[in-house]
Amino acid sequence: MTLPQFKFLAPTNLDEACALLKKHQGKIKVKAGGTDMIVRLSHRAVKPDYLMTLKKIPGLNEISWDDQGGLVIGALALLREVEVSPIILEHAPMLARAAHATATVQIRNMGTVMGNICNASPSADNIPTLVAMEASIVAFSERGQREISLDDFFLGPGRTALAADELAIAIKVPAPAPKTGVSYQKVSQRSKVDIAAVNIGALVTLDGAGNCARVRISMGAVGPTPLRARQAEEFLAGKPASAANLAEAGRLAAADASPISDVRASKEYRKLMVEVLSQRALAEASGFAAGN
Amino acid sequence: MKKELITLNINGDDIEVAVHPWRTLNEVLRDELHLTGTKLGCGTGDCGACTVLLDGRSVSSCLTLAVEAEGHEITTIEGLSPEADHGDLEHSPLHPIQESFIQKGAIQCGFCTPGMIMSAKFLLDHTPQPTEAEIRAGLSGNLCRCTGYNKIVDAIADAADKLAKGE
Repeated sequence: MTLPQFKFLAPTNLDEACALLKKHQGKIKVKAGGTDMIVRLSHRAVKPDYLMTLKKIPGLNEISWDDQGGLVIGALALLREVEVSPIILEHAPMLARAAHATATVQIRNMGTVMGNICNASPSADNIPTLVAMEASIVAFSERGQREISLDDFFLGPGRTALAADELAIAIKVPAPAPKTGVSYQKVSQRSKVDIAAVNIGALVTLDGAGNCARVRISMGAVGPTPLRARQAEEFLAGKPASAANLAEAGRLAAADASPISDVRASKEYRKLMVEVLSQRALAEASGFAAGN
Repeated sequence: MKKELITLNINGDDIEVAVHPWRTLNEVLRDELHLTGTKLGCGTGDCGACTVLLDGRSVSSCLTLAVEAEGHEITTIEGLSPEADHGDLEHSPLHPIQESFIQKGAIQCGFCTPGMIMSAKFLLDHTPQPTEAEIRAGLSGNLCRCTGYNKIVDAIADAADKLAKGE
């Protein structure tokens, strides 16, 4: 369907972009890859007077690593770039797995990880792993720059903590502690291409005795925002990642999930899958942690 | 609203075209430039019939704004063969992937074929000797409603062999 009419804005630096964002507040939408925004325009789900692309702003597609600062993924880094980036594959390979699990080849060649986050779908493929890894969003506005923890970023389906005059310009992921492993697990009807019925990101850091020193579990598509499995995290702290403990952690994660039934899965199935996938994610993450 | 004059580099040629900013690359290719080899299927980036290459990357032309394609190299099915004769496309030499699709019976109604071939091109550029699983994953963004997938997979494997032998 032909898109609704809009004025197109293509600022060439962040200050200009933020000025436009402030000036046209309430009447402007921002696009990066456009794979969600163009569909929403086409369906008339949004009817902005202005559409602003970030693509003319140089430097926003960087992917960089620093031993102290960790990983930075710019707002325009494509899903495909994250999928094959040697930096990501070396330092955060689960982010590449999550990017690879997103949609189709063409969508990954156009869409960005940041777009997947800012769209704030509870089932987004790239969110659980980043939450597990304690990522934050760098928000830029005329008032300055701030970092928002992903734990605080999602307010509801399609709603984020970004203010109307703020642009999300980068994702920051801290360098993992030694003996840390991460996993991403997903289940969907077709297993490829389609949207997750449930997805889980888990991070495990082991202590010197091989027990779980630190555990973070993020569950997608089982609530209005990605949810932490806090009971499971607390249960595992200080315990070995034994099969019996992971099974109990799985049950506790399912208890913390609050899914609904929809076209993709029933709430009963989702609860069961949280139990299964969180066990798998914890087993894989603790296995990686032991080898790291 | 006023149209904007942009220059699109399509199949190696710079083409000036006046477009509204809300026009997709698919609309401009098909309706303005009459390059109708690129199809429009779902219009939401699910079916892959509209796939073109933008700087060598396979993208959905239905989700690409024409104004944002300026400054990039666009390749459509019409320009896939390096020896394509744009004056007489009907008798123009084909790319090995196109030849394999014909020889292996990978075309039924033909609607998905241009998109399938552009996806195959992106796959083989990055994975010249793909396994069957890699071919199927490479086609994950392209739907064939005649469901002739097996022959399409065969054709791409055949094209990979041809290209490896320099045919």
